Amino acid sequence: MQETQQVQYNRAGQRVVSPDYLLFEAPREKQFMTGSEVVKEAVKRASVDASVSYPITPQSEAAHLIGELWVEGYVGVYFRGESEFGVMSEVAGCAMAGGRTITTTSGPGTLRAMENFPMWAGSRLPLQLVLMARGVNSPLTIQPDNLEISFLLDTGCMVWHAENAQELFEMILAGFVVAEQPDVHVPVITAIDGFFISHTREAVMLPPDDIALPPYDPYKAPMPPIDMEMAPGRFLRDPYVMKSNYISYASHTSWQFEVRSAIERSRPYAKHYLRGLIEEFGNPEAEVVLIASGTAGAQAKEAAIILSEDEGVPTRVIRLKTIRPFPGEEILQALRNAKYVFVPEFNVIGWLEREVRRVLYGKTDVPIVGSPRVAGGMTMPPEVIVKEVLKTLGKEAKHVI
Amino acid sequence: MSYEIFKINEELKEFMPQEIVDLEEKATWGNPKRGVMDLPYAKELVEEHSLCAGCPESAAFRYILASLPNPEETIIVNSTGCTSLVFPHIALHTVHSLFGNQNAIASGIKRTLEWRFPDKVKDVVVLAGDGATVDIGLDCTLQSFFRQEKITTICFDNEVYANTGGQESGMTVKGQVFKMAPKGKQFDKVPMWQLAIDSGCHYVVRMTVSSPKKVEKVIKQAIYVAREVGPTYIHLYTPCILEIGLNADQGLWEMRQTDKERFKFFEYMTDEAKEVIKRKKEEGLI
Ligand SMILES: Cc1ncc(C[n+]2csc(CCOP(=O)(O)OP(=O)(O)O)c2C)c(N)n1
Ligand code: SF4
Ligand SMILES: [Mg+2]
Repeated sequence: MQETQQVQYNRAGQRVVSPDYLLFEAPREKQFMTGSEVVKEAVKRASVDASVSYPITPQSEAAHLIGELWVEGYVGVYFRGESEFGVMSEVAGCAMAGGRTITTTSGPGTLRAMENFPMWAGSRLPLQLVLMARGVNSPLTIQPDNLEISFLLDTGCMVWHAENAQELFEMILAGFVVAEQPDVHVPVITAIDGFFISHTREAVMLPPDDIALPPYDPYKAPMPPIDMEMAPGRFLRDPYVMKSNYISYASHTSWQFEVRSAIERSRPYAKHYLRGLIEEFGNPEAEVVLIASGTAGAQAKEAAIILSEDEGVPTRVIRLKTIRPFPGEEILQALRNAKYVFVPEFNVIGWLEREVRRVLYGKTDVPIVGSPRVAGGMTMPPEVIVKEVLKTLGKEAKHVI
Repeated sequence: MSYEIFKINEELKEFMPQEIVDLEEKATWGNPKRGVMDLPYAKELVEEHSLCAGCPESAAFRYILASLPNPEETIIVNSTGCTSLVFPHIALHTVHSLFGNQNAIASGIKRTLEWRFPDKVKDVVVLAGDGATVDIGLDCTLQSFFRQEKITTICFDNEVYANTGGQESGMTVKGQVFKMAPKGKQFDKVPMWQLAIDSGCHYVVRMTVSSPKKVEKVIKQAIYVAREVGPTYIHLYTPCILEIGLNADQGLWEMRQTDKERFKFFEYMTDEAKEVIKRKKEEGLI
């Protein structure tokens, strides 16, 4: 007799499929939607237990749409919290209680919530924060700017940076899968550049919405869920503050290293589900290399085409998908014969340039140019990148500019 | 899962520390009538404490833990402060995350447990100091009341930031000289029990922990009402004997003094709460 396969359904009545099937194999259909709408589509297929929200532009719409999913029965718990500080603690509670949990925020909201992020990581919660980056208040702005990503890099959370709505969709689903691996089990921040992705409509390819990720199993977690369904764990009984001695100091130190190691252990999973931690674009022999992430990656690709085809300067792009873990080895390998590296960014401080310099220090003598940088709502037309490259190379622009 | 989780694998039993074996064999599980009268006989759910000798918070802990009607399904959320040093010694699932976010954490836990276990009753109890509840955490505290979260919040009011060395808190009485109030506190003690009523709590009590039986009754009532109706709030005076210069054996005396004045027993309940309490009394559970 043939073996019958057990078909499983989640609590929303969707058929449970493997992450690989959902991400790589399921048939896809073309839709035309905003990044915020894409968040809804991803959450709808992610068997999410809980979400808590708070309004701030540009993430509000995504949070409203998760609320609609709650009304429709796709999300178990949903409400508006009192502030981002409250919300990030509320979602921590949801995750501690064993729920697959997601929330969204932007700019000042991220900073208001800040104390929570290292706590999430230290508590090993596989929470997901969809970060729709915007400027922070110096002074008030609601415009696109991704300075805030810099503040999140050392919180112990994974940080991924999507280039477009399609990649955001894949990253939200992959984010849960990677974050929930028992040997990873740290939060994931899936970042996009607000407005550019959240508020613009683009074509996206989506799998059917009657299939979904397998539900989260909190009993596979390295830390017991707070639900009184299993004996209280040793961690609960022995926090490090309790003992002022070398064992306590050493164990707190090693716990912090362990959280960072967990991020490192996410590499193979992220590589698989994101199809690589980096994307290489353009002529592999080109000596001018643009390293970028997020929408700066998309603009860099346009610039590389102009430089290569119109200006006679063969240029290629290394686009980073993950910032934590940082794909240092991948960048080093991809650099090959590079003669110049440029790092275009949507913020004034150049956090990506800093990261690139850090991993390349002592390993290559290729000059690294932390430019161009735009911020506070400015766009970065590809011509700005083209101009920067030509100026550095001492060349005259032949065409566009 | 119930108290089955405290059962030890027979083959491993000989290697387990006595206090863990005692938890299985001598603690009161599965009996909602458990209470402070069990204290001399049963294994307590708090193993030891790291508070100052004679700190009334330690008595409060013991009474509260002995009074939980459903410990095998109770989650305790705490905050930073003297009390946070005790939680690792509690044999239940407890959370410490940040200072002042305890009611937000508890809200997330309660709602998610309701979603994950629709057929079970899981009680969520917050235990935090006055600084955590009324000062830095006031927003999260009151907002959880506004939202009608079904949790019980217990404030250990020692009228000071004890853990950081004795600074003035919102609960310090006017005129009291503490660190950061070198000229004496300039404004009145915050009437937190009144704020709790105005913010939607269904059962509110202010008291000292001088009388264990009374504490038991109040804790049970608060938990039963929170389970069925909405937020409940208990404000306990647990004086910091260290910061007010009392000896280890003077905590009870101090509480008895205040029993007659600013911590005179005060109880408030809504009609819905009354109904629950009446029913639980009829069932013999209070
Ligand atoms: C964000 C933050 N601010 C300040 C502190 C420092 N802090 C730790 S415990 C504490 C005092 C706690 O006071 P209370 O809640 O009244 O508890 P008690 O120690 O008096 O029992 C303070 C201010 C902290 N841990 N976190
Ligand atoms: S400092 Fe005060 S509140 Fe803290 S343990 Fe000592 S007596 Fe108790
Ligand atoms: Mg205090």
